[in-house]
Amino acid sequence: MKLTEISGDINTWFDGSGPMSDIVISSRIRLARNLAGHKFLSRCSVDEKRVILDKLKEALMSLEVCGRNFYISVDAASDMDKHFLVERHLISRHHAFGKGPRGVVVAEGESFTGMINEEDHLRMQVIKGGMQLKQCIEQINRIDDGIEAKVEYAFSCRYGYLTACPTNIGTGIRVSVMLHLPALKMTSQVEKFFGAARAMNLAVRGLFGEGTEAAGDFYQISNQVTLGVSEEDIVSQFEDLIIPEIAEYERAARKQLLSNQADVLDDKISRAMALLKSANLISSQEALFLLSHLRLGINMREKMDVSTPAIDRLVTLGVGENAGGLSIATINRLFMLTLPAHLQLNYGKALDATHRDALRAKIIRSALGQSS
Amino acid sequence: MQCQSCQKKEATIHLTEITDGVRSEMHLCEECAQAKGIVVKSQIPLNELLSTLLSAQPEEGELLGETAQKQSCPNCGFSLDEFRREAVLGCPYDYELFEEALLPLIKKAQDGRTSHRGKIPSKTPGDTRKEIELCALREQLDNAVKNEDYERAAKLRDKMNKVE
Repeated sequence: MKLTEISGDINTWFDGSGPMSDIVISSRIRLARNLAGHKFLSRCSVDEKRVILDKLKEALMSLEVCGRNFYISVDAASDMDKHFLVERHLISRHHAFGKGPRGVVVAEGESFTGMINEEDHLRMQVIKGGMQLKQCIEQINRIDDGIEAKVEYAFSCRYGYLTACPTNIGTGIRVSVMLHLPALKMTSQVEKFFGAARAMNLAVRGLFGEGTEAAGDFYQISNQVTLGVSEEDIVSQFEDLIIPEIAEYERAARKQLLSNQADVLDDKISRAMALLKSANLISSQEALFLLSHLRLGINMREKMDVSTPAIDRLVTLGVGENAGGLSIATINRLFMLTLPAHLQLNYGKALDATHRDALRAKIIRSALGQSS
Repeated sequence: MQCQSCQKKEATIHLTEITDGVRSEMHLCEECAQAKGIVVKSQIPLNELLSTLLSAQPEEGELLGETAQKQSCPNCGFSLDEFRREAVLGCPYDYELFEEALLPLIKKAQDGRTSHRGKIPSKTPGDTRKEIELCALREQLDNAVKNEDYERAAKLRDKMNKVE
């Protein structure tokens, strides 16, 4: 598969659909597994890594997940392609810029990926749009069973699935939900809220996982305890308890903004529209920040039937298929397609930061219906 | 007692020397002792040191046991010293080999839990499955007793009897 075949569009789980999609962007479940009879990767020779890669690649490629499977050799990929794969959440930064033979198997539609030779021999994930953790766990369990029929995993009676780092042992599961929380941010409640999440042993990260700042009011919340709690218990804790509660707080904050600070909210959406419509240079950070405000406005109009002067003007944005106002899917498209590696891959060559900022501004202006 | 040398600080090092049947005593502060070239060995008993380390909740990578520190895995060559640097183990066998040293870290990282609950590979034989289930129940029972939740403890004990 050529990456340019997928770089012109967003992946299926990012199309703005799915339950609770006004707040929950995506649900993701990752399992960490290692093969029995092999060392963990930090002690593996290049030859042993290659043996592991071949075994797992064969097992993963023969699975029937969702249409065809593709294999991408990460160690042979260019830096630009590696950045692209990270931007699309197909691989982690650690995998992109690691060492030795390694690769990723991607199922059509990109909802399943299996990273081979990341920190563990196999790290596989299923991502779906909106709140769909239960569907994710069902699917990844089936895939895991399919792989286990072909290989033997390292497993101990006491510690469960054995992983290179003791922070992943037991179930080897990481449940992450990506949330859009602009109103909690605007009402300065987000820090207090995440303090509570940390006290519950949950990790809060930015858009691209570990070590990244929360950009554009997107936050990933995930479990940290993997031992002594079953997969089902972790998933239902997220799906039935934690996420609905966060969503309630965000919805309450949106209502609070409307009743107490309607002019501030209106101004933020109005400024975002004005800047995105007329900027000639725009960084990816600024684009995320401003598009986040548009996204909030569109959701408030569509899901809460809110009307303010700026929110009403949102329907004047967009041309062609977007005439009559931008959809959440279009906003998500702009989020993803204006990321640095996406921009450059779709443009066909490497661009310096200023040229990227100019191209990003142009793409956004034209999606918003500005002719130049 | 004041330091005999500087006459300022508190004397924390007390030396008794007996030469040709003549006993002499020296009381020094740490700085003066060092200045006189007296090497001070740690007098803290090992068990006290371990409990201090445990109560201080060692950061990931801080490991216990001097012998374990130097030991290396015959299968992969991994040592605890490397774990301190890289925070990953060398092979699945290391969990068994370095269990004593790793357990406090596992407990800390996993919110006090030390036994697996959840998915088991389908190839696992029935006896092993039973063992895993009992192991998890035992941990839950210990926690229930610790929290004085005797009603739950009784239920867990019944469940264990059933499994056995």
